[in-house]
Amino acid sequence: MDWGALHTVLGGVNKHSTSIGKIWLTVLFIFRIMILVVAAEKVWGDEQDDFICNTLQPGCKNVCYDHFFPISHIRLWALQLIFVSTPALLVAMHVAYRRHEKKRQFRKGDQKCEYKDIEEIRKQRFHIEGSLWWTYTSSIFFRLVFEAVFMYAFYFMYDGFRMPRLMKCSAWPCPNTVDCFVSRPTEKTVFTIFMIAVSSICILLNVAELCYLLAKFFLRRSKKAGHQKHHPNHENKEETKQNEMNELISDSCQNTVIGFTS
Amino acid sequence: MSWGFLRHLLSGVNKYSTGIGRIWVAVLFVFRLLVYVVAAENIWKYEHDEFECNIQQPGCENVCFDHFFPVSHIRLWALQLIMVSTPSLLVVFHVAYRENREKRHNQKLYKSPGEIDGGLLCTYLISLILKTGFEIVFLVLFYKLYNGFKVPHLVKCDVRPCPNTVDCYISKPTEKMIFLYFLVATSCLCVVLNLGELSYLIFKYCIKCYLKKYIKKHQ
Repeated sequence: MDWGALHTVLGGVNKHSTSIGKIWLTVLFIFRIMILVVAAEKVWGDEQDDFICNTLQPGCKNVCYDHFFPISHIRLWALQLIFVSTPALLVAMHVAYRRHEKKRQFRKGDQKCEYKDIEEIRKQRFHIEGSLWWTYTSSIFFRLVFEAVFMYAFYFMYDGFRMPRLMKCSAWPCPNTVDCFVSRPTEKTVFTIFMIAVSSICILLNVAELCYLLAKFFLRRSKKAGHQKHHPNHENKEETKQNEMNELISDSCQNTVIGFTS
Repeated sequence: MSWGFLRHLLSGVNKYSTGIGRIWVAVLFVFRLLVYVVAAENIWKYEHDEFECNIQQPGCENVCFDHFFPVSHIRLWALQLIMVSTPSLLVVFHVAYRENREKRHNQKLYKSPGEIDGGLLCTYLISLILKTGFEIVFLVLFYKLYNGFKVPHLVKCDVRPCPNTVDCYISKPTEKMIFLYFLVATSCLCVVLNLGELSYLIFKYCIKCYLKKYIKKHQ
């Protein structure tokens, strides 16, 4: 189980996403997950080994490292990527549920079902409308929230996005204020800024997708309202036909009841 | 043999699960297994090397580490993931047994071998109870072994050959604590999902039995 497995799961969601959603997924996998795995993990690989404090006091290094890095950048990014990817699973579950319903209809031999075989149902692409629209929009909203929360957590925990070269530590058992030196601070700063920049791009893509979905929704609603306004006769004819049918049904029912009782 | 093997096995379970069961599998894969592999394993990777005692006495560090960490958090976490996933395989075996039986007798014995009814329902319920049981046992084990879910940054050790009480410092205690709390939270979520699924299945079965009796009565 690793990032590849997540890619397999989310790749399935790609089929039912909008174009902006597909771009977002590509950015996520290439510019965030891949960069994390092939580059960032190696930069932070030796972070505690090469974190050196100017003291021989045993334990001082451990305590100072823990004080300045309560949770490592690399782990925070991994958690951010997992949380940001998870809302897409809601969409995957909803699509799987719809497919399951269609397969059940097909097996029952429902005439409403327009598919020729089960393979067609499996390969079918669902349009983002109805309840799927709500699931998709909620997933984008949650993605935005998670991205924002993690970016704020980063900023709050590390006082900005810069990695200092030197940290002054006076936590017990360090005897006095001790100088501690971080390994590869510039490289870490570069990668931190890169990851933050790509996070921001992902936030913009999510906002754009949200606006696009909302615009599509309102456009569709106004089209429907416009169609109803321009074709009222069509609607009225349908209603009168339905009323006639209802009358016929109620008449036949009454006759049946009378016939039964007599 | 790695976590991919377990994932492959559990993907088979997904086919015969209820909706809540599928959510449980998703939570297990994404929030527990994936977090374990990509984040947690690396935190505990060098825990012994980075465990430092304020003493030059050879052997003291080894003895103290062994005293405070009889089984490492990360190994206990891995065991928990394996034990919690395995009861689901009972369901897969039972479905395979049903399909085998149909093949042997060369006739349709069940409405659908994968449908959760009759004996398969019992197996499914047993697997849910076992899963919940294992989760609770491991949480209690974690709590008892490490006196809660906190990881202290300093432990005082006076086991031989350490000459006196010696200060020993644990590496990355805050990060370890954060991930332990994450483990507890996801375990509790899985327990809630299992109990929810158990109640749903029992409720569904009771309604079915009641309806059957009601129809028989009126026939």
